[in-house]
Amino acid sequence: MKSLVAEEKYRWSTAYLFLAPAMAAIFVFFFLPVLAALLMSFTDFDIYSIGNTSNARFVGLANYRNLLQNPLFWKALRNTGYFVLVGVPLSIFASMFAALGVNSKRLHFRSLFRLSYFLPVVTTLVAVAVIWRYIYHPRFGLINYLMGIFGIQPVDWLGNPHWAMPALIIMAVWKGFGYNMIIFIAGLQNIPETLYEAAHLDGANRWQEFRYVTLPMLAQTTGFITITTLIGYCQFFAEPYVMTQGGPLNSTLSIVLLMYQEGFRYWRMGYSAALAFILFGIILIVTLIQLRLQRHHEL
Amino acid sequence: MGVEARYVQEIVPRFERENPGIKVRVQSIPWLSAHEKLLTAFAGNSTPDLCQLGNTWIPEFTALEALEPLDAYIEKYAEIDSSQYFGGIWQTNIIGQNLYGIPWYVDTRLLFYRSDIFVELGYSTPPETWPEFLELSRKIVAQRKTEYAILLPLNGWHEFVIMALESGSRLLREDDCYGDFENPAFVRAFEFYLRFYEEGLCPKGMTEVSNIYQSFADNYFAIYITGPWNLGEYRDRLPQSMQDRWTTAPMPAFGEAGPGLSTAGGSSVVMFRNSPHKEAVWRLMAFLARADVQAEFYRLSGDLPANTVAWNLAGLRENPRTEAFYRQLQKVVPTPKIPEWEQIANKIQQYVESVVFGELTVAEAGRALNRDVDNLLDKRRWLRSRKEP
Repeated sequence: MKSLVAEEKYRWSTAYLFLAPAMAAIFVFFFLPVLAALLMSFTDFDIYSIGNTSNARFVGLANYRNLLQNPLFWKALRNTGYFVLVGVPLSIFASMFAALGVNSKRLHFRSLFRLSYFLPVVTTLVAVAVIWRYIYHPRFGLINYLMGIFGIQPVDWLGNPHWAMPALIIMAVWKGFGYNMIIFIAGLQNIPETLYEAAHLDGANRWQEFRYVTLPMLAQTTGFITITTLIGYCQFFAEPYVMTQGGPLNSTLSIVLLMYQEGFRYWRMGYSAALAFILFGIILIVTLIQLRLQRHHEL
Repeated sequence: MGVEARYVQEIVPRFERENPGIKVRVQSIPWLSAHEKLLTAFAGNSTPDLCQLGNTWIPEFTALEALEPLDAYIEKYAEIDSSQYFGGIWQTNIIGQNLYGIPWYVDTRLLFYRSDIFVELGYSTPPETWPEFLELSRKIVAQRKTEYAILLPLNGWHEFVIMALESGSRLLREDDCYGDFENPAFVRAFEFYLRFYEEGLCPKGMTEVSNIYQSFADNYFAIYITGPWNLGEYRDRLPQSMQDRWTTAPMPAFGEAGPGLSTAGGSSVVMFRNSPHKEAVWRLMAFLARADVQAEFYRLSGDLPANTVAWNLAGLRENPRTEAFYRQLQKVVPTPKIPEWEQIANKIQQYVESVVFGELTVAEAGRALNRDVDNLLDKRRWLRSRKEP
């Protein structure tokens, strides 16, 4: 009896021994910085404090209070919300559509299509941004040229406060949907062929097959993709950073871009740490709601 | 930084020949990421020995206690004579009681205008005062010489701040600890600035002007307030037929005669406190400040020299377009020398935009600016109160 307990203990300590290096790395490089940032969000750590830390003061919740009173914060929140609400569904539809197409047995050159849809994902964003700036150019851009053929007036895509955000959404969806497409393809290939055969015998048409076999079988995959895409899109930053710098008239200023500007342009580290935790809270809430909805749907 | 790094590499071999034993390693960093890179270097204790620094960045790096005061060197080696420099530019390098940088090249903003239109309207020399300038702007638009008289972009703050400084506003008060945006001088400049928009002398949106040079050539506007970097751009980008039809002039004044004030810009050379080779660094600073080296650097880069002796050596005073800069540089003042200035300037720009679009009145904007800026300067007041109990 005694030896069994000892053996159990021994097994546990071995497990912890193997876990220790990874845990130590996560602790030092993840939990400590997060904790430090949390503490920083309660101080007014800024440019004066980098040279001399005694110049930082504990300010309690003042950073959070100031943020909620900052109209720019609300503007950034609205912009991020816009990007997420339009961009996430668009990205999921595009990737599912592409996955269904690429997975279809009737399609020739399937791997060529798969490759070309995935290519934007692995291309650096800065290179992509340069190309898209040409595509969106008000006078020489491809899009305005195509619209011109149909007699549509040219649009100053990146210079007009109303059109800058849609322009960034289109680019972000184009850049990212290939990744989700690959995950959808994996999900599709996991659906047993027998289900389709059964549906076929029951006389289901193609739409019914999709609606009652493919879609329910993809529910897990879709849920996963929705949450990862949602989190990724909430952290919307690189596109406006390289394309518009938040302009025109702050119409593409996102939460993370605001955080970057406050933190690394004006060096108000405490303030921007507070912003980071507010964003963390928002993402947490949105994800919980999404999980709840999904569970509700499955029941 | 930027293109300067490329040109300075052509000068450095001469320095190394003249100073055997000193080796210079030039590192080029792009302007856009320079600020971030230097601060990160400071946090990581790996700052360079010597560096070019935009003179509006000096207050910030001084607040970090990253820079070496240069007063002792100036005194010990009487190589650099501050009287050879433009006063306003030299001032940007003095924080508190100490000197932290030696001006390297200078810039400021003034008028680039269509001389042909001015002459047609009877102005063989440009107006020297703001009221006259407004009168001329009205004539330009009334007689349809160009679509608008002047371009005052709402996404920048320089034009507005120049006018406020000329009007006598100091922008901040009590040793730059509080905003001073309800001051009569500030309000007067604000109201005057608005007239250009209200009377349709200046476009409100910037989107139509995707290319400044083309719009200038296409009679979209006749006057633009900008800096020396555009001397080369105007020369290269405007069509041949336009080349005799533009020139430069100093800013107008609110007083009797010009030139009016403009802002002191440009770059200085600074020494970092952590440098282990301070004597050698000083040798290089003195070399870069020498009139003949400055003139040579102008020939390579086109940057206007900080040393006024070099202006004569490079023949800059004979060219009317650069001579206007020389006259303007006699009347330049620094923007408030505090690390918070960039944030304050962005606030000013945002409120000016709201007033132009009719969201706020001048009085409301002044009140809001005072509130926001006082908030921003809270830290500065606290630091000062701690220093002098």
